[in-house]
Amino acid sequence: MSGATPVGHGLAAPNAAVGMSQAPRSASAPGPPLWLLLELTYRCPLHCVFCYNPTDFANTGPELGTEDWIRVLRQARALGAVQLGLSGGEPLARDDLEPIVAQAHALGYYINLITSGIGMTEARIRSLKAAGLDHIQLSFQDSTRELNDFLSSTRTFELKSKVAALIRQHDYPMVLNVVLHRLNIDHVGEILEMAEAMGAQYVELANTQYYGWAWLNREHLLPSRAQLERAEATTRRFRERVGNRMQIYFVVPDYFETRPKACMSGLGSVFLGIAPDGTALPCHAARMLPGLQLPNVRDSDIRAIWYDSPAFNRFRGEAWMKEPCRSCPERTRDFGGCRCQAYLLTGDADNADPVCDLSPHHHRVTEAVARAEQAAAAAADGVREQALVFRDHRISIAVVPGDPVRRR
Amino acid sequence: MSDIPGSTKPAIAHGMRLQWEPAQEAHVLLYPEGMVRLNSSAGAILSRCDGVRTLTDIVTDLERTYSVAGLAGDVTAFVALALDKHWLELRE
Repeated sequence: MSGATPVGHGLAAPNAAVGMSQAPRSASAPGPPLWLLLELTYRCPLHCVFCYNPTDFANTGPELGTEDWIRVLRQARALGAVQLGLSGGEPLARDDLEPIVAQAHALGYYINLITSGIGMTEARIRSLKAAGLDHIQLSFQDSTRELNDFLSSTRTFELKSKVAALIRQHDYPMVLNVVLHRLNIDHVGEILEMAEAMGAQYVELANTQYYGWAWLNREHLLPSRAQLERAEATTRRFRERVGNRMQIYFVVPDYFETRPKACMSGLGSVFLGIAPDGTALPCHAARMLPGLQLPNVRDSDIRAIWYDSPAFNRFRGEAWMKEPCRSCPERTRDFGGCRCQAYLLTGDADNADPVCDLSPHHHRVTEAVARAEQAAAAAADGVREQALVFRDHRISIAVVPGDPVRRR
Repeated sequence: MSDIPGSTKPAIAHGMRLQWEPAQEAHVLLYPEGMVRLNSSAGAILSRCDGVRTLTDIVTDLERTYSVAGLAGDVTAFVALALDKHWLELRE
């Protein structure tokens, strides 16, 4: 917004800074953890092939108890945390979700429940409302029952549709989230029509980010450039038709970009995640980063974790950067991109995110896209070299802890 | 912009929440997975949009509070922008 007109003495031009990245940011004085995400459990009835949870989730420690979560809420709120995500796994799998929500509401958080909808009932949605839940983000895997159920390896489409109706009946803002990839991206038009029919106010079309289980399945999930361009054109046309009645976010898959995303607005800037076992995370996928001694809320308070722990200071400021980031004028805008992607694709978390075409490793991204195009063509001919890996407790048990299951 | 009548009663839009955040020393608007941080003027205007007071009441109150005249144009322009961004809605 312009804010060009001064309003006179003592009342400056009304202005607003949009977004979560407005806190002053420097290594010496980081701002507060404005966005707190509690991954309440890794338990989940779905088996999604694109899940970003760590592949070794079954080898992590026991879940925090109710009183631990409430302590975390209180400590983080005192530092200034205000947006709260309750996620997982499936957060509805926790039977203490209601008291956690009630406490968070009393503390003044805006509370987002990020759910597959499995486990939601009329009684539960009513008691969550009474406890002060502000918003429910409901995930769908596709607009068709067949593909939704295949991708999550469950029969859940009708159930999710019922939950969407409950969300509307109980007067929550309706946010649908659909993770896009090669197998469903051609259905974007139908997905948007489904969202419109359900009365969604916000729709997130989030192309898969390749971490965790999605990383394992990358070559099945990366769309082709032609698919992506068609989906973007369809989304554009839909936007023109519905206007601002529906807000549609289209998150492009960064493998097709030439500049990296400003991941987390820089690690240690605004985002604090807490894993089910109490591990504190500067980003959702940070467990994979080698040598990062992640603190745990069982041992430290949130203030010490956020301001003092080596893990949260590791990627603050610019001292850690290598070339080409170190001398790049764009480093203040994208912070070198995603640390986890740098590690997965180059073996060194301090490197530039190879999505950037200034990175000497950019070819690893373009080669992955080219391989995916070939695999897509082969699959169309009925050849499938490798099966999709569904997120599964038994498979996860077999993964060596800390090993992100690196491939090429 | 200026065609918003002074008799309308702007209110924080459904699904939005306005609150004062001491850690940011600012009013913020909260909505699903997002936040708008407001400067003091925007905060002063939006915190008066309660769906009860009319736009004219709000301007009068601001002019009295800040001891200035002639705020109607700027306040109306900001209200129009906030309506466009769905931060506010109008109650009759």
